[in-house]
Amino acid sequence: MAEDLVLHEPFEEAARQRIAVPFGVWSFLATECLFFGGILLFYAYARWHGGEAFTQGAKEAAVWYGTINTAVLMTSSLTMAIAERATKGGFRVVARWMLGGTLMLGLSFLVIKGFEYRKDVHEHLIPGPGFKFGQGPAAQFWAFYWTATVTHAIHVTIGLGIIARLLWIERRGDLLLHATSAQGGALYWHLVDIVWVVLYPLLYLVGRP
Amino acid sequence: MMPEASTLAPRIDHLFFALVGLSLVIVLLVGCLVAGFAVRYRRGSKAQRGQLPKWITRDVELGWTAATFFVAIFIFWFAASMQTSEFEIPNNAMEIHVVAKQWMWKLEHADGQREINTLHVPVGVPVRLVMTSQDAIHSFFVPAFRIKQDVLPGRYTETWFQATKPGTYHLFCAEYCGTDHSQMTGGIVVMPPAAFARWSEGAAAQGTLAAQGAVLFRQLGCSGCHGKSARVRAPSLAGLYGTRQPMAGGGFRQVDEEYLHDSIEQPQKDIVAGYTPVMPSYQGIASEGDIIRIIAYLKTLKAGGRQ
Amino acid sequence: MNSDPTRGGIPERGAEPPSYLREGTTVRSWLTTTDHKRIGILYALAITFFFALGAVAAALIRAELVTPSGDFLTNDEYNQAFTLHGIVMVWFFLVPSIPATLGNFLLPMMIGAKDVAFPRLNLMSWYVFMAGGLLALFAILAGGVDTGWTFYTPFSTLYSNSHVLLAALGVFVVGFSSIATGVNFIATVHLLRARGMTWMRLPLFVWAMYTTSLVMVLATPVLAMSLLLVVAERAFGLPIFDPRSGGDPLLFQHLFWFYSHPAVYIMVLPAFGVVSEIITCEARRRIFGYQFMVYAMVVIAVIGFMVWGHHMFVSGQSAFASMVFSFLSFVIAVPSAIKVFNWTGTLYRGQIRFSAPMLYALGFIGLFTIGGLTGLFLASVPLDVHLTDTYFVVAHFHYIMVGGSVSAFFGGLHFWWPKITGRLYSERLAQFAAISMFFGFNFTFFPQFIMGTMGMPRRYHDYPPEFQPWHVMSSVGALVLGFGYLWPIFYLGWSLFRGERAPANPHGATGLEWQTRSPPPKDNFDRLLVVDQEPYLYHPKESTPDEVEQAHAKQKP
Repeated sequence: MAEDLVLHEPFEEAARQRIAVPFGVWSFLATECLFFGGILLFYAYARWHGGEAFTQGAKEAAVWYGTINTAVLMTSSLTMAIAERATKGGFRVVARWMLGGTLMLGLSFLVIKGFEYRKDVHEHLIPGPGFKFGQGPAAQFWAFYWTATVTHAIHVTIGLGIIARLLWIERRGDLLLHATSAQGGALYWHLVDIVWVVLYPLLYLVGRP
Repeated sequence: MMPEASTLAPRIDHLFFALVGLSLVIVLLVGCLVAGFAVRYRRGSKAQRGQLPKWITRDVELGWTAATFFVAIFIFWFAASMQTSEFEIPNNAMEIHVVAKQWMWKLEHADGQREINTLHVPVGVPVRLVMTSQDAIHSFFVPAFRIKQDVLPGRYTETWFQATKPGTYHLFCAEYCGTDHSQMTGGIVVMPPAAFARWSEGAAAQGTLAAQGAVLFRQLGCSGCHGKSARVRAPSLAGLYGTRQPMAGGGFRQVDEEYLHDSIEQPQKDIVAGYTPVMPSYQGIASEGDIIRIIAYLKTLKAGGRQ
Repeated sequence: MNSDPTRGGIPERGAEPPSYLREGTTVRSWLTTTDHKRIGILYALAITFFFALGAVAAALIRAELVTPSGDFLTNDEYNQAFTLHGIVMVWFFLVPSIPATLGNFLLPMMIGAKDVAFPRLNLMSWYVFMAGGLLALFAILAGGVDTGWTFYTPFSTLYSNSHVLLAALGVFVVGFSSIATGVNFIATVHLLRARGMTWMRLPLFVWAMYTTSLVMVLATPVLAMSLLLVVAERAFGLPIFDPRSGGDPLLFQHLFWFYSHPAVYIMVLPAFGVVSEIITCEARRRIFGYQFMVYAMVVIAVIGFMVWGHHMFVSGQSAFASMVFSFLSFVIAVPSAIKVFNWTGTLYRGQIRFSAPMLYALGFIGLFTIGGLTGLFLASVPLDVHLTDTYFVVAHFHYIMVGGSVSAFFGGLHFWWPKITGRLYSERLAQFAAISMFFGFNFTFFPQFIMGTMGMPRRYHDYPPEFQPWHVMSSVGALVLGFGYLWPIFYLGWSLFRGERAPANPHGATGLEWQTRSPPPKDNFDRLLVVDQEPYLYHPKESTPDEVEQAHAKQKP
């Protein structure tokens, strides 16, 4: 594969250029970890101080939507991993189908999330006037729920944009030249997935036996 | 420097001037070295130049690293030992309740006297300030006493001082709190004990804080559940203050002002084991001032009997 | 100075490609460039604008404070002025100042690379910066913000009536340009060093950029999250810090200072790098203790993440936490002190030339030393209780960030001006500017230490009359300081059009960036570089005193 790589500015060595994108993305993932670290600190604080009332609020989260979404996103991570390997190995058809599959799974995650939001809105689970629990730690749980899931959904959307771009490059026929972009995209998608895996128990499994 | 008007002030100033002296020594050292080298080794001067043996560079480097480290640790120890000894609040202190709001200070004495932006205190008596805010964060700053403490909404913070000189001293809000932050100032009037006693009597008495709290306790309906003849299963509050109570979620909590305050505003939060969370929140019903009075009243209730 | 042929060279005139300034002269060619040098200049233009904006706010503040009563600005106008000053100066000037301008221009050249690792990301970071800047500008034009640059909750989320959302979004967006620059620099240093450029041969400026980038990448996201939470609470009413729902306003302070204390190192580490380059060159001396200088920067970058709580000694955090943060704050003073001593040691047995960049660098040492020492006052808890939120703190961080970083920025700007523009400026006029900036700065900010000690709180637009003499002194000093900042615009601007053409290496410096033409061609070097020496070889290694004299005999004073 190394022979297929075209050196571009500012690189002088193929070996360096090949690791550049993954290196950059890894550094950015460090940023992302600290970004989500901030809101997880808020969660830890609110749960520690909120006690029973916080858990009471958490019990209202729609566990089925959450669980299905977890499965959907985990599967998309698998397809993404296959797509990335296939790109590297030059299996164009597999890469195309797997990228397409990831895109569809990512979209269905957002759609399911949309249905879940609709249910939450119907049940008055938005803190503020008319909120089911009034002021208190339960409202803090739902503040976390909305902020974290919306932030995560924005990340999913950005990830879908990256995958769509990879698909477009594939259609153009030079995905092999962009193998490192595929690798970077996959890294980002896995991060989005891992963030969800952390959020899932915090949002849906609290206070349930 | 400012006048030193509290027991704390001379000790703080002691530390301050020690650090000023040390800083002067270091500034002079660095300044003289830079200036000396600059003159001696200016371009074209006849001074000798050459390579330094490697071990000199290394030893000098290690030497000043160690030296600065020990100086830093020494100052830390100096300051920290003072922090632990001086910030303990004496038990016999006179209590003042402070409620900060945009943009004024409301100060209340234990005997029920209220003041706004002015606080009268006697010389030589330790004064404990229990403070909370109704809106943004404020900060109670009296430069002459060398004390400052942020005043937060939703919780109590404390500080204390013991004035040593009669006079009137600035009270500033030191945490930026909006439009009239710089108007949120006042004065601490320190009086000789006799004069303070006269001032204390002269002001119109509405009954002590605790007495006002007892009235509120009935008016707000607290006694309906927590009173003697209550039918609801609510704990008696007599003798509660200062004890440690087991919590429903496990663990213990010290019953202090903070806990009582929270239990009035957010009764769902920390329930004493064995009780159900049935109490409604008094947020917006009882003001910060009311809560201070109720807590003052609860502190007077002795176990076993009622006033 | 270029005695070593392996360190790159200049081929015969005539065949060479044009300088980077001549590769396309249209506006479009500038706005779509991916050349790190041009992006550096785009950044320089942008931050000059923001510096001017912040300076106007500072002028308004100083004018208002001449009299104790608030008679020039209203209370709200004053609050908006200092908020504008803080937000603009911190995020739109100081944080990008040295990294995004000098760093962008010099970092690839210093390691012998053609460009940064991700040139298009680099251009994007500038556009993101401008987008954030426009949001912040829009917040100002729409009526201003009055929260202070710290956005403390619950004031910012529940009580302020100003355009907090726009300003917070502006800062949020500009954070991404910081992160992009940081990622880019880290990748560049790891992947694009020339053959033979080992880690311990990197110039200290590169080390400074590298450590700064690490801090940017790891700290900025926490700021982004804390501002996002502010936006969530203010715009959507989600109770996050709101004490009525059991939230804690201190949580915001912890998150905010977890970024904002390391941000101080984002602002000052690059200055360390610039000063190390200038002092070695102008003293014709190898840096004293190169390895210690490197380790000191790394240690500062790491411990910088563990001291944020010293901003919160009076906030109501536990006494134990205060003590731990106090201890770590004293520890971080050690590497900073080592740097000062090593710069002083570098002067020893040197051949010191008092050019304008050197005057700025020496001024930096003095001001940074005072700023650092007053930091010890604030690191001790009992003293901090008295001094925090007074003008003592204001003076302290201006000594570090303005006396330190801005002096270094101006020093670096002068030092590399011939390389960047290909023109020489008037040395005399520049020396005058450096000296007036030093005195103007001390005149402005030293009185603030005194009034802070006396108890003058910060962010007061109307204050007790006993502080007036100090405020007047400070405001008069600000006039001198303002002159020190404006004056370079004239002679540097003049040099652009009428200045003498600069040779490749006017200072006789050893860095790789000097081994190419001034201004450099688009690809920086006309041929591939191989490095076989450590940096700062201003005199032969095992030389006797006489040989050192001879090595510099050709140098003009």
